[in-house]
Amino acid sequence: MSRPEDILPPDLYYNEPTSKKYTTNSRIRTIQASMTHRALSLLSLTTPSLVLDIGAGSGLSGQILSSVPTSAGGPHTWIGLDISASMLAVALEREVEGDLLLADAGQGLGFRAGTFDAAISISAVQWLCNAESSEETAPQRLKRFFDSLYVSLKRGGRAVCQFYPRDERQKKMVADAAIRAGFGAGLLEDGAGTKGVKVYLVLTAGETGDITGVVEGMEGVEVDDHRKKRQKGEVASRKDDILRRKARLERKGKVVKATSKYTGRKRKIAF
Amino acid sequence: MKLLTLNFLTCARKACKPLPTSFPLHPADATLATTETAFSPAFLRNILPRLDWPALKGLCDELGLPGVGDEAPGPEALFEDGELPESDEDIVGEIEAGKRPTKLAHDLHQLLVETVMLEGKLVCASCGHEYAVKEGIANFLLPSHLV
Ligand SMILES: C[S@@+](CC[C@H](N)C(=O)[O-])C[C@H]1O[C@@H](n2cnc3c(N)ncnc32)[C@H](O)[C@@H]1O
Ligand SMILES: [Zn+2]
Repeated sequence: MSRPEDILPPDLYYNEPTSKKYTTNSRIRTIQASMTHRALSLLSLTTPSLVLDIGAGSGLSGQILSSVPTSAGGPHTWIGLDISASMLAVALEREVEGDLLLADAGQGLGFRAGTFDAAISISAVQWLCNAESSEETAPQRLKRFFDSLYVSLKRGGRAVCQFYPRDERQKKMVADAAIRAGFGAGLLEDGAGTKGVKVYLVLTAGETGDITGVVEGMEGVEVDDHRKKRQKGEVASRKDDILRRKARLERKGKVVKATSKYTGRKRKIAF
Repeated sequence: MKLLTLNFLTCARKACKPLPTSFPLHPADATLATTETAFSPAFLRNILPRLDWPALKGLCDELGLPGVGDEAPGPEALFEDGELPESDEDIVGEIEAGKRPTKLAHDLHQLLVETVMLEGKLVCASCGHEYAVKEGIANFLLPSHLV
């Protein structure tokens, strides 16, 4: 199967029809939701936080941050950035609660030091491994991304990036770029060795150089630290759980959607 | 885009990053709107120490909004002793029992979370670069020679 990054750059690949299809596909929604929940659990946030979502797309990952109930330390406030205006247009149509920025993570992030409690990135970082032009290389883009991510997190803040590395070499290239930016880094794999393997890069800014302890202490978490290999754990679908939680919050009027005069209108953002 | 977010955005150009004038960005031709959003005093308590208060004050002046005080309030100013009034029963986020949010907490929620910039641009005082804002989304894509 060919990888989308090999076909087109992300802003062209995620055009209007693809962004719509992506967002309404129920299988995709289920997978993105379960990976976001996994990433969220690795962040261990205990109080309503400011979270950055890199490659936020149409807001499938972000909306899960908004719907974390009070009893679980939420809800969180998020800022999402994405390189595809079409994906962001779908996010607007869906009236997600996070703020959105049109930006290329490979150019570095424009936030002041210590802005975010935490960051997530769900299914986006592999895109940074393709140079967008002849003037830049993948390592340069990864460096700008991780260097600026490190700065924009508060000390002790965590970031979890779920991504689809092409191969071992690419996985290592991404993790190395994070480590060189100063992060303590650990790689975690759900379903290692299967077709559905999910790779999470777990990062801490300025805390410990070794995050192995953090990921190992967690239930159902497998640590792939290149020293040992164990059997993979299964990620349960939490879709029903999310839907139930969301419905409950909405019933209580706890998730208040932005009231905008654009409600339901088709969006086109022409920059 | 929430005014809160404006308190964290800097110019993304490499040449500007080290310069103090690359923050804050200054709104121009701004259209503001209000969006109703769940009130989370717990979130405000978390974020308050991280706000750049002079930048927030400057922003209010530039946008012609009722100003905030000169001194940054501490997190304790967001709560007072007392029963949660009925009007606050739908707040989200954990708060201490026996405490209720103050007027300041409500005011900050309205200013930082519910006031949004829909259209206009954000201008860097250092390099003059203008970041367009459309439908609340700021465009931070840079031409490659400025990265
Ligand atoms: C598979 S989607 C995931 C979207 C969302 N996180 C979710 O879980 O549904 C990947 C997203 O990454 C974005 N992306 C790719 N390269 C990017 C870059 N350099 N900067 C910002 N976003 C990027 C794409 O535009 C796309 O919206
Ligand atoms: Zn500038």
